[in-house]
Amino acid sequence: MSNPRVALFATCLTDTLYPETAKAVVRLLERLGCTVDFPLEQTCCGQLHFNTGYADEARSLAHRYAEVFEGYDYVVAPSGSCAGMVRETHPGLCGSSVPVERTFELSEFLVDVLGVTDVGAYFPHRVTYHPTCHSLRMLGVGEKPLRLLRQVRGLELVELPQAEQCCGFGGTFALKNAETSTAMLADKMRCVQDTGAQVVTAGDNSCLMHISGGLSRLRTGVRGIHLAEILASTEEQPWVATP
Amino acid sequence: MGRNPVTWLGSPVFPKAAHTALADTQLRANLRKATTTIRDKRASAVAELADWEELRRAGEAIKDDVLANLDTYLLRLEESVTARGGVVHWARDAEEANRIVLDLAREHGADEVVKVKSMATAEIGLNEALEAGGIRAVETDLAELIVQLGRDRPSHILVPAIHRNRAEIREIFRREMSEAPVSDDPRELAEAARRHLRRKFLSARVAVSGANFAVADTGSIVVVESEGNGRMCLTLPQTLITVMGIEKLVPSWRDLEVFLQLLPRSSTAERMNPYTSVWTGVTPGDGPSRFHLVLLDNGRTATLADEVGRQALRCIRCSACLNVCPVYERTGGQAYGSVYPGPIGAILAPQLADDPSDEQAASLPYASSLCGACYEVCPVRINIPQALTHLRAKVVRNKGGRNPEALAMAAAAWVFADPRRFEAAQRAGSLSRLLTGAGPIGRLPWPGSKWTATRDAPSLPKESFRLWWRRNRG
Ligand code: SF4
Repeated sequence: MSNPRVALFATCLTDTLYPETAKAVVRLLERLGCTVDFPLEQTCCGQLHFNTGYADEARSLAHRYAEVFEGYDYVVAPSGSCAGMVRETHPGLCGSSVPVERTFELSEFLVDVLGVTDVGAYFPHRVTYHPTCHSLRMLGVGEKPLRLLRQVRGLELVELPQAEQCCGFGGTFALKNAETSTAMLADKMRCVQDTGAQVVTAGDNSCLMHISGGLSRLRTGVRGIHLAEILASTEEQPWVATP
Repeated sequence: MGRNPVTWLGSPVFPKAAHTALADTQLRANLRKATTTIRDKRASAVAELADWEELRRAGEAIKDDVLANLDTYLLRLEESVTARGGVVHWARDAEEANRIVLDLAREHGADEVVKVKSMATAEIGLNEALEAGGIRAVETDLAELIVQLGRDRPSHILVPAIHRNRAEIREIFRREMSEAPVSDDPRELAEAARRHLRRKFLSARVAVSGANFAVADTGSIVVVESEGNGRMCLTLPQTLITVMGIEKLVPSWRDLEVFLQLLPRSSTAERMNPYTSVWTGVTPGDGPSRFHLVLLDNGRTATLADEVGRQALRCIRCSACLNVCPVYERTGGQAYGSVYPGPIGAILAPQLADDPSDEQAASLPYASSLCGACYEVCPVRINIPQALTHLRAKVVRNKGGRNPEALAMAAAAWVFADPRRFEAAQRAGSLSRLLTGAGPIGRLPWPGSKWTATRDAPSLPKESFRLWWRRNRG
């Protein structure tokens, strides 16, 4: 496929708090020959509202999404839960199917649409991968992120015990049921630490915000880094921590 | 109509109940051990069947047909049960059902009834109602007996005493039985229970059971169990009273084939459950000579009216969703304040309770991280996450728009409705607080404090992505 026109859906969380992830997606996709656009009219997929019980608010955000992304070949989001929200929930909310069918989570887009698993990345660290629930169950991305990570030069991939257990984030669940959320996080952190990895990665900054928030509070020295940033990292332009 | 006892009176809202449960390290250890074991076993039992997905879809389709034509099937059931010498009673709510059973038990001169483990009778608080009427109900299922003797509440659909370990069970038996077990060896405990129950079986004149399935065409009632104690109740006493929810029907005998595969593998990870008892009306000289069937509504027709929520009525009470639920694993079942705990309880209990003013019931749809593990294992494909968000929307509607959360959500929606506002909010840093309940690392005021109590919050970047994009690409 030559020069597919891709719109980046950064998601409200990544746009606001994790700009490095969105930059990494742009860098990665352009390196792979895509033409990337970032429609500035985008805001949020409505997941925050929908999952908390505010369906009307979510509905108008779903409409906005459909309008903003209508004309693109593909929409790529560095978030399994937002891509899942669009694909699974938007049709029922606003009936629009055009951008919905063309919305992909990053690893799906790379493997299924572009057909690559070796993206030419270099990342010399010991890494473990947490398959976030919505990527895993709603989208069924399966092994795709692992296939991508296995091709990264210098990267030592270590298996996460009980990987499929929820990390306990769950959007507003993390606040409404903060103690249960923290109990789930504690177990997830123990599994991460058992691997001896320096980095835990995932396809979703929301879960990573929760996991690395916990790891940082405990001063574990383990860092959460989004999959996109690892895949964008090369020998010429290695990943650097943002201050 | 009285209060529907499906949620326990005086139970705190879920986060409060969870607080207590999370502090109980023994409880958490017991639960983790039990759920991890059964989870792994279920996965391998299911993996043995190549057509598992087709079976799930068949189970879903049969139950959906039942729900869509419930009136027809129920009348057919009544007809066939009556034709075979049984008596059918209709109960609108818990109070009516309890009254019917109490009257029947009295009529047959019983001061004690033996019981097969039954969710329906637990749901309506039958034991307590009988007790108040001067009749003792004796649970004969081992786990149910442990709960009863421990004056405890159940914490699991299938294994009500899952939160107890062997040592605790021995202690309960030692206190309550005339012949106490000599050790906490599982065989010893089972033997003690057997001796305790034997006398009850032989003297009881009336038995009360639930039903896993009822076949509309033939009027046959089906109970599946593992211990065989149920079978004693179903055959020895002269009178058998079955209480079942009106959704427990299957149209024909053939449909059972599907569920007798789905249920044991999902619940106990067995290929086939050890005891399957089927009875059809009464048979002279064989088994009970009188059979009463109480058909219980108790909130089910109201649930049926909700297009999304009604899928909860497909549930066959296998408990697979409890065993995989990360929230259940940490809090146990009692935190849900209902006989129906875990993911299915979170969607079923509030619907059956059907009381907008019940804050405890309203907290249940939020007792989930929406991870979707429950949907993945459910043998009848109940989309529990979908039902949860649907019920959350109902809770939000009931609460009205004048609380801090609704105002924050409205503010966020206002910001997201316009990219210029979104950008302004990003610049002001206020959006990060909205999104994460957080701001820069450190301690934050409520509700952000709920985040930063145990987690650092990301620090605000110098510029958002959209600003960077505009500067470099725009
Ligand atoms: S909801 Fe599904 S998984 Fe849960 S108990 Fe019912 S049938 Fe089993």
